[in-house]
Parts: sequence; structure tokens; C-alpha cells
Amino acid sequence: MIPRDLFYTKTHEWAQIEGPEATLGITHFAQEQLGDLSYVELPEPGRTVAAGEEIGSVESVKAASELYSPVSGEVIAVNEELESAPEKVNQDPYGEGWMVRVKLFEEPRGLLSPDEYERITA
Amino acid sequence: MAPGQKQNPMPYVPHTEKQTQKMLERIGAGSVKDLFADIGPAMRPKSFNIPAGLSEMEVLSHMEGLAAKNKVDVVSFLGAGFYDHYIPAAVDALSGRGEFCTAYTPYQPEASQGTLQAVFEYQTAVCRLFGMDCANASSYDGGSAIFEAMMMAVRKTKRKKLIISEAVNPIYRIMVGSYTSNLGLELTTIPHQSGQTDLGRLRDAVDENTAGLVVQNPNFFGCVNDFTDLFAHARANGALNILSVYPVMQSVLKTPGAMRADIAVAEGQSLGLPLSFGGPYLGIMTCTKDLVRQLPGRIAGKTTDTRGRTGYVLTLQAREQHIRRQKATSNICSNQALCALKSLIHLCLLGPEGLKRTALLSMERAHFAAERLSALPGVSLLNQAVFGNEFALRLPLSAYEVIDKLTERGFVPGFPLGRYFTGLENHLLVACTEKHSKEDIGILAEMLGGLL
Amino acid sequence: MNTVFAKSVPGRKGVWPREPQKTASDFLPKELLRDAGPRLPELGELDVVRHFTRLSNRNFGVDGNFYPLGSCTMKYNPKFMEEAAALPGFTRLHPLTAQLKGAGHFTQGALEVMFELERLLCEITGMAGYTLHPMAGAHGELTGAMIIAAYHKDKGNKKTKILCPDSAHGTNPASAAIAGFEVASLPSRDGIIDPGALKNALDENVAALMMTCPNTLGLFERNLPEIVAMAHDVDALIYYDGANLNAIMGWMRVGDVGFDVVHLNLHKTFGTPHGGGGPGSGPVGVCERLLDFLPISRVVKLEDGRFFLDYDHPKSIGYMAPFYGNFGVALKAYAYILRLGREGLIRASENAVLAANYLRKRLEEHLEIPFNRTCMHEFTASAVRQAENGVRAYDIAKALLDKGCHAPTIYFPQIVKECLMIEPTEPESLAVLDKFVDDLIEILHTAETDPEKVKSAPVSLPVTRLDETKAARDMKLTEDL
Repeated sequence: MIPRDLFYTKTHEWAQIEGPEATLGITHFAQEQLGDLSYVELPEPGRTVAAGEEIGSVESVKAASELYSPVSGEVIAVNEELESAPEKVNQDPYGEGWMVRVKLFEEPRGLLSPDEYERITA
Repeated sequence: MAPGQKQNPMPYVPHTEKQTQKMLERIGAGSVKDLFADIGPAMRPKSFNIPAGLSEMEVLSHMEGLAAKNKVDVVSFLGAGFYDHYIPAAVDALSGRGEFCTAYTPYQPEASQGTLQAVFEYQTAVCRLFGMDCANASSYDGGSAIFEAMMMAVRKTKRKKLIISEAVNPIYRIMVGSYTSNLGLELTTIPHQSGQTDLGRLRDAVDENTAGLVVQNPNFFGCVNDFTDLFAHARANGALNILSVYPVMQSVLKTPGAMRADIAVAEGQSLGLPLSFGGPYLGIMTCTKDLVRQLPGRIAGKTTDTRGRTGYVLTLQAREQHIRRQKATSNICSNQALCALKSLIHLCLLGPEGLKRTALLSMERAHFAAERLSALPGVSLLNQAVFGNEFALRLPLSAYEVIDKLTERGFVPGFPLGRYFTGLENHLLVACTEKHSKEDIGILAEMLGGLL
Repeated sequence: MNTVFAKSVPGRKGVWPREPQKTASDFLPKELLRDAGPRLPELGELDVVRHFTRLSNRNFGVDGNFYPLGSCTMKYNPKFMEEAAALPGFTRLHPLTAQLKGAGHFTQGALEVMFELERLLCEITGMAGYTLHPMAGAHGELTGAMIIAAYHKDKGNKKTKILCPDSAHGTNPASAAIAGFEVASLPSRDGIIDPGALKNALDENVAALMMTCPNTLGLFERNLPEIVAMAHDVDALIYYDGANLNAIMGWMRVGDVGFDVVHLNLHKTFGTPHGGGGPGSGPVGVCERLLDFLPISRVVKLEDGRFFLDYDHPKSIGYMAPFYGNFGVALKAYAYILRLGREGLIRASENAVLAANYLRKRLEEHLEIPFNRTCMHEFTASAVRQAENGVRAYDIAKALLDKGCHAPTIYFPQIVKECLMIEPTEPESLAVLDKFVDDLIEILHTAETDPEKVKSAPVSLPVTRLDETKAARDMKLTEDL
């Protein structure tokens, strides 16, 4: 059910590693728990982030949740469309709902495999 | 009541003995005491010496006796942030309706459109009065509003230093000092200059660690300023500007919005709320659009129902305590909803013209009083700054002494500034509203003159 | 219904004072004045009265509707209290009057009300002293948390953590955080605090445990004596959230059983009206060893019987309110206590508990009741079975609105799935209680036979279900946005 080519975290983020860069977002499970998103707060491009650090938040009518970076690096892009259309995260959390792109400082560590993540959400 | 039918004699408990029995049978308990079996003998009260209950008539008679022990038939020139303006009768008549005052927080919006639309209208009214974009449904009072505004600045800028003018109400400054004592913040107070806000020193105090700047207009001593330049300077340094204002005077004064304040707060008591010995009052909070997610407390928003009709709901609740718990923007739950309603009704009854007249009549009286009183031998104004409806007088004797003597004769001449400012023991803060007559002021001048 | 702004007619005369003789520019330079007047509505008194009367018709209130909201104690608000609070001898009193002269002799009546109310609250709860300054329950929690911080600081303790059960009201951890504490959650077992879990969590770093009894599920905390002993052993204080006091008045005094700090909700237990969300009042009571830390001022009675405001408490946490709290609300609670008296308070709690258990028994076949044992003044029911068929607690709540009944509290506490927390309160008659159960049973039946009907409720109110996501996305928070 979940993409096999991504890595995951306990806090329901996903990371797509492509060479020196990673694209980040939240999982289908997370968006389902939150409900229709009304707002997404993302970090500024240029900011340095550390793995496990709080880098933003997502808000729905009934809940708000922090976003934690799965990786360490420098933010090089954020999905600006989410400002006016946060529902993209609900509709396509792994595609159009991507949130942050990071230039990696180091090899990501401690990420979960798809199987390991599926076990958590079972 | 039928003869032989025993009624539970407790006020507001409706069940007859028969009904109580019926309920106990359904529960399967022998007596009501069985329902308290979890509370063992060791946990029962050591004493419970509450006097026996009184009839409604007896309670009211007792309360009237207590009310009579307060002296309210005096001519009072007390202000200091809390003013005796006229409250039209319709304010209480409307807000006292059971549908408003016995309603709960509007968490079930379909059953609370009255409350929610009133909150939306209140938010609109205070934003228009202050020239700001967004408002919340209220906080407790003007002091807690300043605290919440300071916390907004701290969260937004991620800095820890706050600068506050000494000419901001000293009661509020003590409050924010108390509230922030465990938060590791740095509060710097910039001294007033003979009752005037020291714009130069405030400007110099702003640096790259400043989260926010707090000033008041008119200030505690009644002086009026334009903070536009100071705010521009703070903004250029990344700090937020917080302005505390007086709602009635805002009908004529340059608005916080025009000065480009980030957050404008106020005590709303002057809008339709009685002085009531200190509360309940109203903390008005407004801000610019980009800060709205930092705004604490409840906010009403417009939306539509399933049939496309306009309706109102509480929105941005995800920031609040019932969802975010320790990460909430604030711990506030109950606010001052009914007081906000009263203020809205008051503003609607007065309208822009009525509010302006209130401000102008208050200013007329105050300027007349300032003229008459400062003409007395040895009496002068503390400064020559322009003022609204309140001013500070320098007397040739202790302000407390003057107050003692005049209160005995039914006049409270003002507030003794020495209460909160060392070095100002001979100074009196005098406020006038549209309720004061020229005669009152004449008598005050005579009495004061008699003491000198 | 149009907003009041849409009804504005330029030039219409409102309730105006007489015309001033001067203009603003006679007193102030132009640069200090606003350009254009505030765009407030221009309406006549009748326009305003019509508008707000019609608005009021779009509201439920206790005066018109049953409000079984768990943890809110929406009991009837007796009207004589409004009369007491409206006496000019109280409403016209400027708060600074009491600070003008040594014994505040123009405000002796007001000071006596405060002193007497504090004394009564001490006796009702078994505490040594009270402050009436906190202006709401959450404000009381903050005050209490600050007193706890001051106590430990004064002793030289470095304790940075407060424990809250997972069933705690959100204001508990939120308030603790503002007082500078980190908050750790304690898991419940069988609905109440698990002494085992508490033992694991209680280290030298714990400043206090914040809890309530009965807890937010309406269950009496059976292990209370053990919990109190364990906490006090490590010099952790115990805080009582008084939201549920309506269950135990005259049956237990929290000070007697070891609570160190307490806050009360006068707008719950003591019958002052909710006002659509406030004003409330959250007085805080403390045990003997915490008296020094109470906020200033404090009301003192001198030997000659006069009352005065004492500010001389160097260890005080300072000012929590600009003056003496929501005096107008405290006044009403004082009148309420005088009216009910000793027996009245005891019977109020008795009947609150009786009514809740009656509803529980009548409903137990229809809704799952987690922890189905004798409850106190409220209980939780779960709509998990109904949710499996697609009808959730949310839908049941909306369907109740169509019956003219305000819904119970839903989705709190968070530890019960599809939670409905029901608190009837003691003034509600048997007819009202029975109607509530009958209506609820009918809704549950409809949930099985015609679920769409329940899911489209309410249909009989001025609006149907409102789009909350749209509200959050559009952010139309004023007429002008």
C-alpha cells in the first residue's frame, strides 16, 4: 500500500533519497489521522535542519502536529502550492503533497524501511 | 402540592421523594448514600460548618445590606485605565437575555449561531475601531492581553527580550512581571520622563534580541503620542510592536493600524461594562493578518452550511489547549464572552458618532478641569504634553492627604500616583468623562483650593 | 441572518450623548488624530434591539434547553444572583477606591463579600486560604502552578516536571507549561490513576501531580490516599482541578484528604452563568504551608471588624489580576452559597450523582459504558458500536440538537473512543432526564435503520452542519477580510 522506494519515520514522515538530495512529506496514515488539512507551515529555504528537529507543522480542524525532519541538511525548496492548497497533502501525500527538499549533509540514518513502518501503523 | 406528598425542600432540586425512590430503584441502590460508598469514612469531611440556607428574600436583603456599606454616591475623578462612562440601558437588557447569558461556549455551532455571529461582529467592530486585521473573542482583561501579546512576539520572533515603557499602566506591568517569572524572558522597563513616554530611549533599547516593544496610548498619565516612527524602527530590527489603547479615545485618535502596530490590545471596560469593583472586564486583542495563527484563545470565522447558507464557527482551534495541550498558544479556555457581547452592543448603540461624542465630551471636561485646577496656587500640570481625558497634577502637598480630606466630603479627586511611582507622592491622576459636569469640577476646584 | 454592519444606515441616530462644543483638533494636533471615523454600524436603538433579539433566538441556553455537557456542570443559573450582582452599591464601585485609604472604608461591603466568600470556600473544601483573583478555571490552574513553582524555588528544590493523567483536561498541561514546567502524561488503568505508573513516574524532579476527583470520566479516584502519600514522600505537591467539585460537596473536602492546591470553577459548581464562554471565575485555595505564595492583594479582617487589602507578602507570586478577580462573578457565587446553605450544597452533590447514575443505568443497554460501575456526577458512554456502522459520536450529538437538547461533551476525555461525556446536574427534573434517554434511544435506533438521517442532522436549526475546514482555509474572521 505504501511506496516501496521511500524511507519512513516513527513520526509519520517519508523521505525519498535521490543521491545528494532528499524530498520529504507526511504519510497517508498521517493525513488520514489529521483529516482535511487547513494549513501547512514549512521551513524557509536556506535553513539548516538536523535529523529529528522540528521544522514545521500541519494543521487541520481537529488537530495540529509538528513536522520532524528525517534527515540533516540544508532546505533548498519547499512546496509553495501548499500555502493555498493544503488539501494536496490529503489527496496525494507522496506526490503533489511533497513538502520540503533538502540537500543532504550526511547519509541519512535511523530511517525505517517500508515494512518496518507498516508494522507501526498496523 | 398535594397534601401528604413530601417535597424535597432543597432549592433547585426538583425531585419528590417518590421520584428519588424511582431513580434509586432503577439504579439498584438502597439509598443515595450508597452511591458515595467509594468515599470511605476516613475521607469524609472533618467539618462542614456552612450556615443554613436562606430564602431568596433573605439573601437579597443581606446583599443589599452589604452593598449599602460601599460608598458610591461620590463624585469621582478616578480613571487610571478604568472609566465611568454612561452605559445605555439596552446593553444589559439585551445581554441579559437567557439565550445569551446561559449559553455555553459555542462548540456545537449549529445551536450557537447567536453567540458565534455576535463574536464575529465583535471581532469586526474592534478591528475597525483599532484599524487592525484580526481579533480574538477576548482574553480576561487588558493586562492579560498585554501578556498574551508579549508571548505572541516571543513565539513569532523566537527571541527573549521585551521592552516595556514605564508609562504603560503599572498594574499591568506588575501582572506581566508575575506571569513571565518562570519563562526565562528578559523584561526591560524604560522610565517615563515626567509622565511622558520616552520615545528616544525606547528606540535606543531595541536591538537584535528584542522580541517586542510595549507602549500605551494615551499613556498612563494621559499623554497622547504617535508611535509610527518608533514602530518603524522596531520593525526594521525584527521586533514586534504592541500598543495598548483606550477604546473610547480610539474613536478620535490615530489608530494602531495607522501607526503600523503589529498587535493592539486594550481593556474593554470603557465599552459598556460597569466598574464592578474590578471585574469582570474585557481583554481586547487584535493583530495584523500575518500574526493570526499566533493569536491565542477563541476566534470565530465565517463559513457555509450544507445548503450554502452563511454561518459561523470557532476556527483555528488546533492552536488551543483542548487540542495542543502543553504546546498550545495559551492555556485560555473560558474568556469574557458575555462582556465582549456587551461591548459590541454598546458600540452598536453609540455608533461612530456616539462614541466620538463620548470621547470629546470627556476631553472637554478634562481640559476644563486641568485649566481650573492648575490655576490654583502651587498646583501645576506634571507636563505640557497634549492629553485626552486624563492628566497628572503636581500638588504642593501629599496627594493621599488631599484624597483623605476630600473623600470625606463626597469627592474623590483622582488617583495618587505615589501608589505606584516613587517620587510622585504629591501627584494626582485626574480623569473626566461625559458624566462630569462643570459644576462638579468647579466644586472640586473650590475644595482643593480650600486645602492649599 | 445579516450582520449588524449590513444593517447600518448612514446618518441614523443612535443612543448619543449631547453634542460637544469642541472638536478633537481643538485639543490635539491633526497628526495624532485618526483620518476617518471608525466604520461602526449606524443604527437606532430599535434596530439594535431587533438584531440582538433575533440573534438570541438562534442560540441554545440552559434557560431553554437541557445541557448535559460533561465536565461543564451546566446547572440552572438562579436569577436572584443577577439581581444581587446588579446592585449599584457593587456595580458603581471603582476598584481603585479600595486602595485610596488605609482601611478602604468606602468599599467595606465589597471587601466583606470577598472575605466571607473566601472563608466559605475554605470550609467547603478544607483549605487554609483562598484567592479570588483568577478570572477563569485555566487562570486558576496557572496561578496554582505558579504557587507550586514558588514553593519549590523557596525551598531550593530544582523540580521541573508536572505529571498529569492522560484523561486530564487540556488546560492542565497548558497551564503548567506557562508556569515553566515540562509536562509528562500518566497512563490510566481501569479509568483511574494507576499507582504503579505513578510510582515509576515520581522522581525527585516531579514538582506536582495535577489531577481531579472524581476524574474526567466521572470515576472516583479509589487509590487517592496512596497517590497522595506517594507524591508527598518525594515532596511533590498535589493539585486538585475543581471542575468536578459538584460531585462531592459535603461528602469529601479535598484539603482533608491531602490536596495542597485547588482551583474552583464558580461558573460550574456555584451556578454563575456561562455567558456563551465567560466570564468565569477560578478561585485558588491552598494548604497552610502555601499561604505565603498566594497572589496579592489579600483581604484581611482587622480586630475592629474592618476589612482591608494587604499587599505585604514578599513571597507572593505577585498580581494575577489587575484587581481582585471577576468580582461580579464571585458575588453571584457568594449569594448562591448563602441560598443553598449547608444542606443545599450536600443535596446538590447528592442529586447530581443520583441523576448521573440514573442516566447511566437507563443507557447501559444502548451505549457501551466503559468502566460501568457507580459513577459520580458524570459518566462516559462510547459510541464505538454505532461507529462501526458509520454513525459516530459526532453524528449522535448533532441529532440530539434536533431534539432541542444540547449534545453532551464529545471526544473528551481522549482516552475513550467515540466518547460522549454526560453530566445532567441536579436541577433537572425526572421528566427532562427521561426525555433525554428516550430521545437518545430513538436516535440510536435510527442510526441502525436509517443512518443517513442521523448523519445529516441537525435539520431543524437555523443552519445545518457547517464547513469547518472551509472556515479554516478561508479565514474570514471579520466582515472586511
